[in-house]
Amino acid sequence: MKSSRDFQNKNMEKRFTTITTNPGKVKLADIPLLDYSIFQSVVDEFLAVPSNHCLAYYAVPFQDYLKFIVCIGCDETHVIQVFSHHQPKTPTEIESLTQRHFPLHIFEREIHELYGIEFPGHPWLKPVRFPHDRFVVADDMDHYPFYSIDGEELHEVGVGPIHAGIIEPGYFRFICNGEKVLHLEIQLGYQHRGVERLFVEKPHLLQKAVLAESICGDTTIGHSLAYTGLTEVLGDINFSKRLLLERNIALELERIALHIGDTAALCTDIAYQFGQVVNEALRTIVINTMQTWCGNRFGKGLIRPGGSHYRLSPELCYTLTNNMKEVLERYLQVADRIFAMPSVLSRFEGTGRVTSKQAALIGVVGMAARSSGVRRDIRWSHPGSGFDQPEFSPLIFHKGDVWARAMLRKAEVGQSVAMILSMLGQLTGEEQTIPSFDIALQPDSFAISLTEGWRGEICHSAITNENGEIMHYKVKDPSFHNWMALALAVRDQEISDFPVCNKSFNLSYCGNDL
Amino acid sequence: MFLDEVKIFFRHGRQFVPDVTKVELTPLFRGRPAISKGITVEDAAHAAALCPVRAILLSPFRIDLGVCVFCKECQFAFPEKIRFTNDYKIATNVRENLVITEGEDNPVLLDPEKVRKEIRSIFKHALKLRQVSAAGDNSAEMELNAAGNVNFDMGRYGIEFVASPRHADGVVITGPVSQNMSAALQICYDAIPDPKVVILAGTDAISGGIFQDSPALNREFIKAYHVDLFVPGNPPHPLTFINGVLEMIGRIKRNKTRHCKIDD
Repeated sequence: MKSSRDFQNKNMEKRFTTITTNPGKVKLADIPLLDYSIFQSVVDEFLAVPSNHCLAYYAVPFQDYLKFIVCIGCDETHVIQVFSHHQPKTPTEIESLTQRHFPLHIFEREIHELYGIEFPGHPWLKPVRFPHDRFVVADDMDHYPFYSIDGEELHEVGVGPIHAGIIEPGYFRFICNGEKVLHLEIQLGYQHRGVERLFVEKPHLLQKAVLAESICGDTTIGHSLAYTGLTEVLGDINFSKRLLLERNIALELERIALHIGDTAALCTDIAYQFGQVVNEALRTIVINTMQTWCGNRFGKGLIRPGGSHYRLSPELCYTLTNNMKEVLERYLQVADRIFAMPSVLSRFEGTGRVTSKQAALIGVVGMAARSSGVRRDIRWSHPGSGFDQPEFSPLIFHKGDVWARAMLRKAEVGQSVAMILSMLGQLTGEEQTIPSFDIALQPDSFAISLTEGWRGEICHSAITNENGEIMHYKVKDPSFHNWMALALAVRDQEISDFPVCNKSFNLSYCGNDL
Repeated sequence: MFLDEVKIFFRHGRQFVPDVTKVELTPLFRGRPAISKGITVEDAAHAAALCPVRAILLSPFRIDLGVCVFCKECQFAFPEKIRFTNDYKIATNVRENLVITEGEDNPVLLDPEKVRKEIRSIFKHALKLRQVSAAGDNSAEMELNAAGNVNFDMGRYGIEFVASPRHADGVVITGPVSQNMSAALQICYDAIPDPKVVILAGTDAISGGIFQDSPALNREFIKAYHVDLFVPGNPPHPLTFINGVLEMIGRIKRNKTRHCKIDD
């Protein structure tokens, strides 16, 4: 971890520290502490560059102050800039950054909800997830401050928290003019389980690994990789290239399974049963391949710090290769059919559009960004030690509608299959290390770990105390950013298009609620 | 146009599982564990300390599948003593039957005597369920969806998930039940007409699993109502769920020799 002073004025104190690896760590004391006014100007400076974005911004309670840490990801230079400011624990007012950098809105809302910090100038300091340790305990789920508009021709539609299908809970309130949606507001928090607190309280590394798998069960591999990366960097653990490849094969396998499953679900929502059943059966092949590998269809138990219990044997590689080729061929056959149907296209094209400008403005990440023309992919921007595909380039679609998000899935399935086949070819006969749960973590450190899960950027960061114990843990699922994109996508759409818009993002409720 | 679809159908062939009671899952599938007799006191204590969720109970050595997250780390530590078999028929109506004791290699059984009479007399040929995810992590939810898909097709037995609790005969709960979801769960349950079935799907729902100590949970509902079926797993396999429900409603009978017969 070296500090770069490239952008820094030599006459001034160091204004940020640079983490050049992913995952990466830095001594907590080395994170520059700035006055809030300087902090703001450094944020302004970084975020003026469109390829930079805020990975995390949160407050950590210490004895008698709150430490606010911000991590800026620089996509072009592949580094992470970290700096901080302190505020007293008693409720304070600090000027909101959201006015100038809208993607920070959700971070400031989260800080406000947890610590009661006021952000004058913030457009809507509304609850994020009603955590059990919220600052104002009296705030409750039943009294979310929804926007409303008065008008004789307008009506409101409330949906949730329990929905018609077998999906997670969340509440949607639409303000409609006839069939047309003027505004959608999304209330989350029903899934809150206190994940971040449990990461601190559960002492054993195995407990934390199981917890990471359960943050968001559909992204088991993505979140587990973010957690193990963090643990390994804090414990200075080196591992073989083979393990790295196997982990990335698992990550792409998860992406393929979810993308095919989502193709099925998109067909369900437009009542195209043929596309649904065929894709469901294909997803079954992919997740059963995962089960043959590690005994669990979602990959639970596969990713552990320091090693793996489940080696990809030559027979498994053979099965994996065959299944991938078979699934891809069959998937492309049915996907070509789906995307050639006029009745499918009439529901997908132009529906739920998020423009490139909107996507960049609100800081969308992952596949939702890539289908709106925004180049945002951790596999490309922060590959670091976690990813070894030099020729990798993110796939981009520009239309930002349901069609683009569906087509991106189709394209990414092909890309991920090619990556898996290439990585299988690179597997060498190195001995596999077994997992270790007795890893001593570096004391007084800050670490950050990024993974491109199938939805997008997953960010885990942790702070250790003087004994090398995790004293603070922060999880960010891509959905944390992307729920806003769904709210914008349905504006001026027919309310009956909401299900297909929602499915085209397929965001996580538990990943947001934690 | 239509010919394309016919071609795709042919390419895919038959996808459905012909008999859900006779499927052999992959050897690595983590189902019911079998524990050899004679695990030493030190080894037992070590295994219990390793367990991330306190699923291991001592003297005699036992694993509680209602708490177990099926991580299999105890088997990796003591491979000659603990072995997770690929037996996926682990759903039962008796909570104690989920506790596997050392020296026993018997199937997890459902006690037909303890199934409420109205369940078998009313729901034997049609059971409509309302699923409530109460802080579930979406893996159990996806497996329940999969139970109705083209492969497992539990709709063939008249078992289906429905949109409205008013149309449902019971509720299937996933997740450890967060405080924030507890009121909605109660409202949904109240809206289901009597007699109603309660099924807990997944370790999180049965005990809280890895979240069991979290202050963000409220498990009053689970304590307050009679549970008709416990379906363990992290997440439960669709076959675990389907077999458990079929047995509960009396469509299949099983005994210690694992003989299964579907009763149409």
